[in-house]
Amino acid sequence: MSDGGTVRVVVAGHGQFAEGVRTAVAQITGHPDVVVPVSNAGASPEEIERRLDAALAEAGGGPIFTDLPAGSCTIAARRLQRRLPGLVVVVGANLAAVLEFVLGDVADPVAAAARAADRGRSALTTVPPAAS
Amino acid sequence: MPIVLYRIDDRLIHGQVVVGWGQPLDLTRILLVDDDVAASDWEQELYRMGVPPGVEVLFLGVDEAAERLPELQRDARRAIVLVGDVRTMADFVARAAAPVPAVNLGGVHHAAGRTQRMRYVFLTAEEERLLREIAARGVTVTAQDVPAARPVPLETVLAGTGDG
Repeated sequence: MSDGGTVRVVVAGHGQFAEGVRTAVAQITGHPDVVVPVSNAGASPEEIERRLDAALAEAGGGPIFTDLPAGSCTIAARRLQRRLPGLVVVVGANLAAVLEFVLGDVADPVAAAARAADRGRSALTTVPPAAS
Repeated sequence: MPIVLYRIDDRLIHGQVVVGWGQPLDLTRILLVDDDVAASDWEQELYRMGVPPGVEVLFLGVDEAAERLPELQRDARRAIVLVGDVRTMADFVARAAAPVPAVNLGGVHHAAGRTQRMRYVFLTAEEERLLREIAARGVTVTAQDVPAARPVPLETVLAGTGDG
């Protein structure tokens, strides 16, 4: 996240997932650079880590939101946690979770990430078909 | 045959394996064959956390996996043998105590010294030699990143025309 300006976060995932989240956040918040997107497309595990490192530098730190628990972006993010002890990773992120973080109070990033995960979970529901 | 896939994938356990292959093949067991991972509790925990409930992960060194292959093939659970590089698969196939019918080249990404052969396959000359060595043992080697893609024969991969 930034050190005083707009909060920035890293979102990482398969294909264009992260870029899709970036554009969706931009549409809702009006800020096109809040999300620093990372894709694992075509990348070795080592290259994914390098991309995440670069994204963290651009964003001014974590957290990293990843798309799948088993995904290579999540694996790489967890490897980064070994040498970046303060780094938080939010796994299985959706748009609601990312928005909760970037629009919320991030004074305590660990707590903010936990609230984001809660919001993401609560946003997931099913709507049964209307009775005919 | 309970071991339904023998796959080379440098990302090891990841979305494409767990979801992309795991669901269509109805996998309930992953046999991750790698000497470094088999020797590291932390690495095993890292890969184990991504596996859905109901899927068992077994971490084996190359020698143990090769020796136990007959027993592993007799197990009723539908399984995948997963290795992270061509050298490990070549060693495994060479030492295996039972026949390995086919090897899936699922993902070997760019690194220094490698030449691109397909969108998801980059190989050094040594890795190409090892793949031919595997094939010379009667193993069918094809490249196929996801089940919906057509399997590409090894010689087509090595000719660099597999994405055509």
